[in-house]
Amino acid sequence: MSLIKAVEEGFRREVPVFNIGDTVRMHVKVVEGDKERLQPFEGVVISRKGSGVRETFIVRKISFGVGVERVFPVHSPSIDKIEVLKRGDVRKAKLYYLRGKKGKAAKVKEKERERPQQ
Amino acid sequence: MTGIIGKKLGMTQFFTEDGKLVPVTVVEAGPCHVIQVKTPETDGYEAVKVGFLEMRKAKNVAKPMAGIFKKAGTPAFKILKEFPMNGLKVGDTIKAGSFSKGDVVSVAGISKGKGFQGVMKRHNFKGGPGSHGSMFNRAPGSIGGSSYPSRVWRGMRMAGHMGCDRVTVSNLTIIDVRPEQNLILIKGAVPGPKDTIIEIRKEK
Repeated sequence: MSLIKAVEEGFRREVPVFNIGDTVRMHVKVVEGDKERLQPFEGVVISRKGSGVRETFIVRKISFGVGVERVFPVHSPSIDKIEVLKRGDVRKAKLYYLRGKKGKAAKVKEKERERPQQ
Repeated sequence: MTGIIGKKLGMTQFFTEDGKLVPVTVVEAGPCHVIQVKTPETDGYEAVKVGFLEMRKAKNVAKPMAGIFKKAGTPAFKILKEFPMNGLKVGDTIKAGSFSKGDVVSVAGISKGKGFQGVMKRHNFKGGPGSHGSMFNRAPGSIGGSSYPSRVWRGMRMAGHMGCDRVTVSNLTIIDVRPEQNLILIKGAVPGPKDTIIEIRKEK
């Protein structure tokens, strides 16, 4: 098992601390022809699952009135940067209920103050 | 052809250079030592016998086997297998480094045992309807005619023991090779549970 761990740990990257409900801006590397550019994707983190290097999270945003969700591996090399814009105040680990809501009801309350990190 | 014996360590994932995430099987491959070289003159065909996984204690080596290893001048091994290779001599080693990234290989191993299974799982029979009062759910159905042939044809697919077979999976791609750790990372799954002994072969 330790050899597999070693293979996995080779992919570990520095990622900022972010939680479910946070609004993040992802800078994703996109290859077009032979050029590489950064494409932003901004939305709410609605789920995080998996552990270690295999962890993934889902970012949901409303684009031109249509809900768009993208799954990102936390340690993916095609993510250039994760910017945490807002901390969300939520009581659930998975915000799948946002999918059925529209407009103001689909908003996540912002955390009023940062809880001190242990 | 290049062949090597390996041990399946398990599966994980791998990010390729273009950012794609692929499933990989991690195999501890080699080093394998050549125990014997078979030639058309002496044995009627060309092959090398290689050993893998050294025996820890000398007392566990059977006496007839100990003689073979003594003759070859190598330590005793748990696993011996033959590959149709040439150009090697006794005492040579085959290492993970003899494979490279992008190679297409076939992998053979003993599949996971499934026990006694019905025809739906074992032979992919369709089965019957699950509901609407159906009483024909997972049964095999008819197994042949009546007056002719008055018996069941040989090879009729029926329920029985499944798994623990030698299975070869071909056209698997090597994603990465780490010679210093004797590791080969193969895209996709290979037969058998963890710690199973597998053969990796590269056809040229």
